[in-house]
Amino acid sequence: MRDFTYVIKDPVGLHARPAGLLVKKAGEFASRITIESGGKSAEAKKLIMLMGLGIKQGAEVVCRIEGEDEDAAHEALAKFFEENL
Amino acid sequence: MYKYVGKSVMRGIAIGRVYLYKKSDIQVTDQKVTDAAAEKERFLEAVDRAKAQLTRLYDEALQNVGEDHAAIFDVHKMLLEDEDYLETAAGEIESGYNAVYAVNQAGTQFAELFASMDDEYMRGRAADIRDISQRVIRILLDLPEEEINSDEPVVIVAEDLTPSETVKLDKKKILGFVTVKGSANSHTAILARSMNLPALVNVDIELSDELHGKTCVVDGFEGEFVVEPEEEILSQKVVRKNQWVADLEALEKLKGQDNITKSGKRIDIFANIGNVEDADAACEADAGGIGLFRSEFLYLGRETFPSEDEQYASYKAVLEKMEGKKVVIRTMDIGADKKVDYFGLEPEENPALGYRAIRICLDREEIFITQLKALYRAAVHGKLAIMFPMIVSVDEVQRIKYIVEMVKEELASEGKPAGEAELGIMIETPAAAVISDRLAKEVDFFSIGTNDLTQYTLAVDRQNQKLEGICDTHHEALLRLIEMTVKNAHEAGIWVGICGELGADTELTEWFLKIGVDELSVAASAVLKVRGAVRALP
Repeated sequence: MRDFTYVIKDPVGLHARPAGLLVKKAGEFASRITIESGGKSAEAKKLIMLMGLGIKQGAEVVCRIEGEDEDAAHEALAKFFEENL
Repeated sequence: MYKYVGKSVMRGIAIGRVYLYKKSDIQVTDQKVTDAAAEKERFLEAVDRAKAQLTRLYDEALQNVGEDHAAIFDVHKMLLEDEDYLETAAGEIESGYNAVYAVNQAGTQFAELFASMDDEYMRGRAADIRDISQRVIRILLDLPEEEINSDEPVVIVAEDLTPSETVKLDKKKILGFVTVKGSANSHTAILARSMNLPALVNVDIELSDELHGKTCVVDGFEGEFVVEPEEEILSQKVVRKNQWVADLEALEKLKGQDNITKSGKRIDIFANIGNVEDADAACEADAGGIGLFRSEFLYLGRETFPSEDEQYASYKAVLEKMEGKKVVIRTMDIGADKKVDYFGLEPEENPALGYRAIRICLDREEIFITQLKALYRAAVHGKLAIMFPMIVSVDEVQRIKYIVEMVKEELASEGKPAGEAELGIMIETPAAAVISDRLAKEVDFFSIGTNDLTQYTLAVDRQNQKLEGICDTHHEALLRLIEMTVKNAHEAGIWVGICGELGADTELTEWFLKIGVDELSVAASAVLKVRGAVRALP
């Protein structure tokens, strides 16, 4: 299991567009990927639930990755958050 | 005559016929089907066709309205790929229901999820879920996509418009919008603003068929929707509309023009902004740059201090939007009346004369350093100038410059790339204006904050309505301080701007040019008006 914590910088938070991109990115990996924020969690491969977390700027999110390609997924997702969120 | 009120999401006036935009009633029944496997196949095929439509719509919208508006179709396509949504619908089919019912159920369920969220943006996404469900249902029922059939331009009156409907509407045929539902963030509102058409949402009107074709007025200034207006009302609205159109046209013609008088004197006209989105309005108004970006928005309405990364992202966003034009960011002006709990500030007898702005920054340097680091990192993305508020002494400026050097070294040692920035101060206290000759030797520019300078010079509380008579913004003392500041700036070879409300006061535009002010920074909505005033001068 790998995980990292990230604070959302994007002024509008995790809105539809970047959430969609995150789903696409997560879909590239076999690992189970979950996003936790504000006491709720959602799978990163499920757009509606992910948007349903209502993540705003300044929110702290924890990304947990578990599976055979977790190292590669960890690296790619950490980079994705840094660049897009 | 019937008069309704609503929430105006775009100003302006439209007069024309009502086009009642009603979706054909789709009958959804909970009829069961015998062959669930075949029904599921039919459902999946409809989803595929819906996705193909969305790909085509995305390409069309990209050509017609640009990436920002086209993006919605890309999001819709991804929503249609959502596992939970697809599984919910498939589950209904597996328990025997017909596909239309199943999609309607899934759509309702997930739309409710968004509709119940506390964030206005996310609530607006309920419309997207309903939209994609409608699309699949129409395909299942073999119904064509709806269109507006009208020879003349009309006022669209609808329950609400879905994102796909708003993007698809033939823009040449629309005068304005009236919807029963919707919000300031709805797609109707966004579209109306991008098209510069008056629009009202939340109008409590029954959409009966006889409404169609009736003469109506949409008044986005007053938030009024009048059906079959009386002659007197109609003529009033026509006058108002003509005035509005004439003003718009006159201002529109000023876009792309230089801020130059007939005799060839020029001045920069920049915009004041309060958040990242405001930069779009500044660009739209053809501002030459941002003369005052109030950074307080980063600190307000939250529980903890904004991090360096968070601030960096916002500054970078504005610098990138301005594409190399100058952006003057003012360090945080929190304190006194702008209270933020997590700062832990104590109540004060005289907040305006109290612990605020640069006084907090120089006392609690960690707050200041975080902001400066974010600013210098963002500086690589454009032309940044940093401005410090509430200065009263040379010592303060020297202390600031020392901290700035420290911040640059810290960034270098952390290996973070940093850019260059001009450093300037606000002249908003009489003290700073009086010693502006000495301050000018320390910085790259001055920006005169006339709101505070007026209140401190005249000893008048701006919020106190009883003092309005004394609060003379053209008071000789104030004008002398401004003139002195400008003269001292130019003697030291630095530029000077005005960023208070006085900058947009066109009675003073001629005088500002005469004394040699280099830049006026005004609300985005006033940029073109001030440009017009400059160009009208001899």
